[in-house]
Amino acid sequence: MALLEVKKLGISFGGLRAVDDFTMTIEKGDLYGLIGPNGAGKTTVFNMLTGVYKPTDGSIWLDGENITGRSNIEINKAGIARTFQNIRLFSNLSVLDNVKAGLSNHYTYSTATGVLRLPKYFRIEKEMNERAMELLKPFELEADANVLASNLPYGKQRKLEIARALATQPKLLLLDEPAAGMNPKETAGLMNTILTVRDDFGVTILLIEHDMSLVSGICEKLSVLNFGQLLCQGPTGQVLSDPEVIKAYLGE
Amino acid sequence: MKHKIKPATRKSFLTYAIMIAAFIAVEIMVSTGSASNMFKGLLIPFCVYSIAAASLNLTVGFLGELSLGQAGFMCIGAYSSAIFSIVTKETITNAWIRFPMAILVGGFFAAVFGVLIGIPVLRLRGDYLAIVTLAFGEIIKNVFAALYVGYDSNGLHFSLTSQGDLGLAPDGKMLINGALGISGTPKDSTFEIAFVMLMLTLIIIYNFVNSRTGRAVMSIRDNRIAAESIGLNITKYKLITFGLTAFLAGIAGALFSHNLASLQASKFDYNLSILVLVFVVLGGIGNIRGSVIAAIVLTYLPEVLRGINNYRMLIYSVVLIVMMIFTSNAKIRGFFAASFGRLKGMVFKNKTAKEGE
Amino acid sequence: MAFLDNLINGISLGSIYAVIALGYTLVYGIAKMLNFAHGDVIMVGGYVIYTAMSSLQFNPYLSVLMAICACTILGIVIEKVAYKPLRQATSLAVLITAIGVSYFLQNMALLIFGEKPVSFKSVIDIPNIKLFDGQITIKSETTASIVISVIIVIGLSLFVNKTKSGRAMLAVSEDKDAAQLMGINVNRTISLTFAIGSGLAAIAGALLCSTYPVLSNTTGAMPGIKAFVAAVFGGIGSIPGAMIGGLLIGVIEILGRAYISPQLADAIVFAVLIVVLMVKPTGILGKKVNEKV
Repeated sequence: MALLEVKKLGISFGGLRAVDDFTMTIEKGDLYGLIGPNGAGKTTVFNMLTGVYKPTDGSIWLDGENITGRSNIEINKAGIARTFQNIRLFSNLSVLDNVKAGLSNHYTYSTATGVLRLPKYFRIEKEMNERAMELLKPFELEADANVLASNLPYGKQRKLEIARALATQPKLLLLDEPAAGMNPKETAGLMNTILTVRDDFGVTILLIEHDMSLVSGICEKLSVLNFGQLLCQGPTGQVLSDPEVIKAYLGE
Repeated sequence: MKHKIKPATRKSFLTYAIMIAAFIAVEIMVSTGSASNMFKGLLIPFCVYSIAAASLNLTVGFLGELSLGQAGFMCIGAYSSAIFSIVTKETITNAWIRFPMAILVGGFFAAVFGVLIGIPVLRLRGDYLAIVTLAFGEIIKNVFAALYVGYDSNGLHFSLTSQGDLGLAPDGKMLINGALGISGTPKDSTFEIAFVMLMLTLIIIYNFVNSRTGRAVMSIRDNRIAAESIGLNITKYKLITFGLTAFLAGIAGALFSHNLASLQASKFDYNLSILVLVFVVLGGIGNIRGSVIAAIVLTYLPEVLRGINNYRMLIYSVVLIVMMIFTSNAKIRGFFAASFGRLKGMVFKNKTAKEGE
Repeated sequence: MAFLDNLINGISLGSIYAVIALGYTLVYGIAKMLNFAHGDVIMVGGYVIYTAMSSLQFNPYLSVLMAICACTILGIVIEKVAYKPLRQATSLAVLITAIGVSYFLQNMALLIFGEKPVSFKSVIDIPNIKLFDGQITIKSETTASIVISVIIVIGLSLFVNKTKSGRAMLAVSEDKDAAQLMGINVNRTISLTFAIGSGLAAIAGALLCSTYPVLSNTTGAMPGIKAFVAAVFGGIGSIPGAMIGGLLIGVIEILGRAYISPQLADAIVFAVLIVVLMVKPTGILGKKVNEKV
C-alpha cells in the first residue's frame, strides 16, 4: 500500500483555480520531488496536504487513512510534518527548545506535573533533552543547542526547521524549498543530510525545490506542476528529459 | 554543560532570593519600628499588584496576547472570597484556616470564569481578543455593581434590581449591596500571607514557563502556524495560560478584598486593568521579575511623591508609548544603542529575557 | 409612545456612534490597527468647542469648525509621532501604544480642564419637532445627529469610491506594498485617513456633547469603545456597516437601559459584541481575510 495517495486534488480561491485534478502516489521510503515554475501551485499542494487549506475537490490518503479536510494539527498527529518556504522558527526560543517543542506530543507530562516539579517532570525533561540532541546531530546543530533560533545563520535555520519537523515523528516529511538561499557547497551538504535523514529516521520525503542539482541529485521520482495542473510524473531522469517539462521551464 | 545550572533556573532562583531578602529587610524594618505607617499600609498592595502584574505577564509576555480584563478577574476573586469569608466567619473562626480557603475560592472562581470566557474568545486574535477581554471586564464590573445578594435561613437570594427585591427573611443578612458593594469582610490579609502568595505565584509562573506547557505556549506566541504544523493544540494551551492568569488574578483579588473594610465593584474598572498593564510593560514584557519590581516601585512612588500624583497617569501614558516605540522600532533602538552603550545592554537584556524567563 | 420615544433616542445615540465608528472603521481598514485613542479625540473636540464658545465667545458653528481643524491636526500628529514608528511592530505593541495615547489625551485634559465636568451648551440651533399632537418631541439634537450622520455616510462613500485619494485608501487597505508599487503614497494616505477619522470625531464630539451636555476628560472613552463595538458589529472596514452597527448599538443600549436595567446597559452592549464575534466575527457586512502561509 502506498504511503500517500492524492486523488484528483483541487482548490479554488474565489474564481481562481489554483490547483486542479492533481493525482500523486508516494511509496514508503521514497524521496519524491515536486517541481514546477514559480506560481505553479506547489506550495498550495503542500498547504492542502498539511491541512492549512481545505481542498475543494479530491481526497488525500495517508497509510490507507482518509485525511482530507482535517486540521493541520490533526494531520501532524496523523504523521505528516513540514517545513516552510519562508522559515517559521520559534525565534525567541533556543535551538534545543525548538526541537523540544516538536517533541511535545510524544514526551508528555501534565501541566500540574510541570508546575509542581514532580519526579516525572525531571525524568521526561531529561529524556526530551537527550532525544532533542540526537535530532540535532545529523544537522550538526548540537553545538548551537543553547543559541536563540533567531541568532542562527540562515542555512542552519533551515536545518533546524527540518529537525523540529522530524521531532514530531512523521511518516512523511514535506520540505518546502530546503535549499533556498544556500550556496552550492551548503546545498551539497544538505543533499547528504536529506539522504541520511531518510535512511536513519525511516521517513518518506516529499520536497519542493528549484535547485535542479538537488532535484536530479537525490530525488528518485518527480511530479511536475504547471499552472496548477500535473504536467508530467515519473522517475527523475525520464521526467527531466521530457520535452513538455523543458518547455514549461524554458518557455516557448 | 551537564553540571552547569540552566540559565532559566538561575534566573528564577535569583528572583526568589531577592524576594526573600526584601521580605526579611521589611520584617526587620517593621519590628524595629523604622517603617512608617504609610509604608506598612502599602505592604499588602505591593503583593497584590505584583501578583496581578506577574500573572498578566503570563498572558502578555508568554502567550503574546493582550488581555484588558485583569481587573475583572481580580473582581471575581475579591467578591467570591469575601462572600466565602463572611458566610463562614462564624463556623470557621480560625483565620489561619479560613483565609487560605478563601484565597483558593477566589482563585478558583476567577479561573472558572477565565476558562468559560476563554473557550469562546481565544479563537480571536490580537485586537479583537483585547477588546473582548475589556468587554468581559466591564461586564463583570457592571454586573457586580448591580448585584444584590443576601442570605437567610432559606439560603442565598439574588437580585439585579434592588435590596427590597431579595425578599429576605428578617434574620437575613446582606452580602452584596449593589453599587455599595461588600462590607464586613474580615481583615484577614497580612503581609506575611500576601508575601507567601506572591512567592507561590512566582514559583508557579517560573515552573510553568519552563515546562513542556510553557514551551508550547511560547511556540504559539512566536509562530502560530509553525506551532500548528508540529501538532500543538493552540486552543488548549491558550486556555491553560488564560485560566492560570485568571486564577492568580483571583488570588490577588482575594488578598485585596480581605485588606479592606468595604469593597465596591467600581474599584475594578478598566483603569485598574491598564495600571496592571503599565506594570507589565515597564517591567519588561516577558520579564516576571521586572513585573514585580515595576508593580512595587510604581505603587510606592506616587505615595511618596504626592506632588507628582496629578501627573502620574500622564507620565504612565508617555512611558507606555515611549517603551513600545523603543522596543519595537529597530531603527530608533539602533540609534540609541549606538549613542549610549549602557542602553544597549539594557535592550539586549530585554531580548534574552524573553527566551526562558 | 414611551417605546417610540426610546427608539428615537436610540437612533439619535446610534447616529453619533455611527459617526465615531466610521473613524474606527477607516483607520482599522487602512492602518490595520485599533486606534484606542479615537474616542478621546471626541473629548478633545468637545473641549475645543467648549473653550471657543465660553472663553472666546465664538458662535457655535465657528467653534465646531475650529474643533474639526484641531482634531484633524491632532489625528495627524498622533499618527506621525506614536503609530508611524510602529508600522512593522506586533499588534500587541501597537495596541499598547494606542492605549498610551488614549491615556495621554485623557490626562492632559484632566490637567488643563480639571476633574470637575463642565456643562456643555448645545451647538444645535434648530427647532424641536413635535409629532402626534405633541405627544412625542423630536429634539433638535436628534434631528441634527440623524441628518448629519446620513450626510457623512453618503459623502464618505462617494469620497472613497469616486475620488483619487479615496481609491488610494481602498488600495492601501487591500495591500499596502502593492499600493506602494503602484505609485500610491502610502504615508500620505494613512495620514489622510487619520485626518478624516479625527475630523469626524470632532463632529461626533459636537453631537454627543450637545445631546448629553456634560463634558469631562473621560467623556469620549466609553462612547469610543462602544463605537468600536458598532464598527465590529457592522463589519470592520465597511462604511455602511459602521452606520448599521452604530444604529443597532445605540438602539440596543437605550432600550436595554429602559427595559432591562439602567446599570446593565453597558454590559448588554458588550455582550452583543461578544455574541457577534462568536457567531460572525466578520460582522454584518464584513469580509473574510485569508491568511497567507
